[in-house]
Amino acid sequence: MSNLNKTTISMIINNENYDDLTVETRQHLGDFLRDLGFKGTHLGCEQGACGACNVLVDGETVRSCLMLAVQANGKKITTVEGLNSSEMEIVKDCFVKNNAMQCGFCSSGMLMTTYEIIKSKRKHSREEIREMISGNYCRCTGYQAIVDAVEDSLNKINVGM
Amino acid sequence: MDDLNQNPKLGSADRPNSYIGRSVPRERAKKLLEGKGKYVDDILLPRMVHLSYVRSPLAHAKIKSINTENAKNIPGVLDVFTIDDIEKVCSPWQGVLGHLGEMRSPTQYPLAKDVVRWQGEPVAVVVANKRAVAEDASELVEIDYEDLDAQLDMETAMDKSTKVIHDDLGNNLFWTRTVNQGDVSEAFKQSHIVEEVTLDFARHTGVTLETRAIVADWDSSEERMTVYHNGQAPHMMQSIIAKHLNITEGLVRIISCDVGGSFGIKVHVYPDEMVTVAVSKLLKRPVKFVADRLESYSTDIHSRCHKISGKIGVDDKGKILGFEIDDLSGIGPFSVYPRTSAIETNQVLNLSAASYVVPNYKAKGTVVFQNKTPMCQYRAVGHPIAVAITEALVDKAANALGMDRYKFRKINLIPDNSYPTKTPSGVPLEDLSHEACIEKLKKMMNISELEKYKKESLAKGKYKGFSIINMVEVTNPSPAFYGVGGAPISSQDGASIRLEGSGAVHISTSITEQGQGTEAVMQQIAADQLGVKIDTVRVTHGDTDATPYGGGTWASRGAGIGGEAVLKASRKLKENILNIASVIMQSEVNNLDVQNDQVIRKDGGEGISLKDLAQIVYYRGHELPPGTNAELIATASFSIEGIPFVFTNSAMGCLVDVDVDTGLTKIEKFWAVEDCGTQINPKLVEEQIRGGVVQGIGGALYEECIYDEMGNLTNGNMADYLVPMAYEMPDIIVDHVTTNSGRSILGAKGAGEAGTGGAPGAIMNAINDALIPLNTEVTSQPITPEKVLKALGKI
Repeated sequence: MSNLNKTTISMIINNENYDDLTVETRQHLGDFLRDLGFKGTHLGCEQGACGACNVLVDGETVRSCLMLAVQANGKKITTVEGLNSSEMEIVKDCFVKNNAMQCGFCSSGMLMTTYEIIKSKRKHSREEIREMISGNYCRCTGYQAIVDAVEDSLNKINVGM
Repeated sequence: MDDLNQNPKLGSADRPNSYIGRSVPRERAKKLLEGKGKYVDDILLPRMVHLSYVRSPLAHAKIKSINTENAKNIPGVLDVFTIDDIEKVCSPWQGVLGHLGEMRSPTQYPLAKDVVRWQGEPVAVVVANKRAVAEDASELVEIDYEDLDAQLDMETAMDKSTKVIHDDLGNNLFWTRTVNQGDVSEAFKQSHIVEEVTLDFARHTGVTLETRAIVADWDSSEERMTVYHNGQAPHMMQSIIAKHLNITEGLVRIISCDVGGSFGIKVHVYPDEMVTVAVSKLLKRPVKFVADRLESYSTDIHSRCHKISGKIGVDDKGKILGFEIDDLSGIGPFSVYPRTSAIETNQVLNLSAASYVVPNYKAKGTVVFQNKTPMCQYRAVGHPIAVAITEALVDKAANALGMDRYKFRKINLIPDNSYPTKTPSGVPLEDLSHEACIEKLKKMMNISELEKYKKESLAKGKYKGFSIINMVEVTNPSPAFYGVGGAPISSQDGASIRLEGSGAVHISTSITEQGQGTEAVMQQIAADQLGVKIDTVRVTHGDTDATPYGGGTWASRGAGIGGEAVLKASRKLKENILNIASVIMQSEVNNLDVQNDQVIRKDGGEGISLKDLAQIVYYRGHELPPGTNAELIATASFSIEGIPFVFTNSAMGCLVDVDVDTGLTKIEKFWAVEDCGTQINPKLVEEQIRGGVVQGIGGALYEECIYDEMGNLTNGNMADYLVPMAYEMPDIIVDHVTTNSGRSILGAKGAGEAGTGGAPGAIMNAINDALIPLNTEVTSQPITPEKVLKALGKI
């Protein structure tokens, strides 16, 4: 509809400035990021249940389908394309080694959640890991391989601490 | 060529390039992980427009009028179509097959015509420059309905007073089948003990995390239709789109890129997908449709929805004398095209009691129409029902005799040395290992410890139970599954493999990838058989223009059928390579082999790299003697002959805790022993088992498409429709027995169905084992806390 409100916003996405982008106020952040070409943000339910669209907003995990793009104005966004720290590379290697993904559709969201888990710099039991990833749907793996991958990641990253 | 000399023995891990049997990480795993997979919704094409469907809000109603004017006036809307427009370019279909007796399903149109028959059925479609605009406009399409009685309950479907959904058919019966082997009535008369049970299975669905999606791109200058589709069977879709859109089949190209989970949900023909293709043809431009989550729940096929009664008769020594089942299933208003909605019930009849020696067997299946979402094949088609009824009756009989459940099974399982034989229903069985599997499972589970744990827990007021179940799994189907009945579904798969000028090996396969690891498995087979490093091999799949013809990936057929085609093609290519090398190297073929991308001389001496060999062939062919057969490409096909399916078998068990105050079931442990023959990649096999078990747990404990009395789907969202999440799931311990299939050189069977097929029976039996001291049982899945508390008389 032509009379929809539009707003101009700016944000930093994966350490790059995106300035003066015009956006419909009703568009959620997930659609906005996908329209910009960040296709790694996957939309599974658009109601905040599945976690596939998780991104980091100012370092915190957010369901990008539950946040409007205008609410992210001026904020720092990290999508899966920007999860490139040395620690996240270790995490990715552990996911690959454990085959902790099959179709890959949930993986970007799982990696975001894993980012939060490793950020805590604490060791976690398998049961705790299961609880921490229980906001993310995975329909393929049955979760065990993902728990293994997160556990491996924690072991590798926490070594020497 | 001498097979023994030149072809590597399978599974000899110590030789170079031995990849079959190794858990090689998937090459593309990191790409998928990093969000760089290419799914249909990621596709952007110039001039692409978007669809939003106007769907029936009612379960059953007459369409009196449709007014699209207001919707058409929204800026950004290109057009709004109803069946009057669409049927000009897309013909209707009928979900019947010819080989399973009479199926009665009416013509189904791509959009509802005159009558809507389930909530969610597409009625009109809005085309706009953006999806959001199309959705805005679809709210302005005015449809006037006249309510009709909705026929929802499968149990009253055949009553005289029940509304008939399709007047022409006279009643609501779609299909029925009976099986009668021996004399089951006489067997029950002779039996020492006869036990009965009736089980209910709720409707549920596959919940692929990526919803169904399609982009159709009609090129009117070439009269060519390119369709990007997240399906499982590209050549089937090619044939069907060509037929119903009246396009030359070779000018329809189906491309399946990365697929975000399928589980059988994405192997069917959906009206909204056919309409998307039709709209592209009408508008001569690319059109995208991506289902939203509500559309997934209300239009993706549902499955299960069975009520099954069973009866078992055993003699005083515990030998099964007779087994009988009567199964009723409701499939929605249409049988789904082209695989039909008879197959799940057909499998229930084929697979019940299939692990056991049963001299007298009788089975009846009845499939009726309902005003609910159409039902069709989802992962482990029919298995959960067949396994649960069988194993429930087996436990009941053992318990009634006071016999250990493991011992009862040992007495009755089809012995490992008795193949080939047949299921009680008469389907051929070969190369199975029930006895070896249950032995291994018993050791893994440590049954005597579990009994002790149960007793000690009970003394503390905790109710623990465990189960052991056996099952067969249908994999690698032959033409008997669909093709013989008239469906355009290939049971054969092909592989083409070539050595390129760079020395790289390229495979194209008709098998598709939805996350199982198809690409890795094909790479492993080719690298193993050719003698090259695995990273030398690339795979193309999921493109009807670029791959051999074939069936695709469903019914656990990828590794066993498509893998065998790759194996055969690789051996042919290797033979060609060695023949060319023998000319170049002036050596007997028998003195040559390929290892690590080199043709080597077995007696030592200088070899030649595959790259050098390929470059001589491609760039400097004049160096070869005239007439040398210098083909560096080979193609092979494979299909299963002589039997309907290659069965696998498994034994599974689980340990549960039932909280008798809350009704909550906690799965403490789950064990599975699977025999899928040759494991090409053991890690991938185990992950198929684990993922399958968890989907089976979903059906057993959580999942249900809940309808109200008006036929409204009340939980079509991910918050209200419960699926297994990480916290509730146990670690699943998997082990194997290996009995190769004698139908192929590779010997691989499938592994994708077993977990989903076996877990529901394993969970239910374990819960009922826990409830024995309380003298009650549960018989309805999903086994929710409410049902447990009802069984306990607490609510």
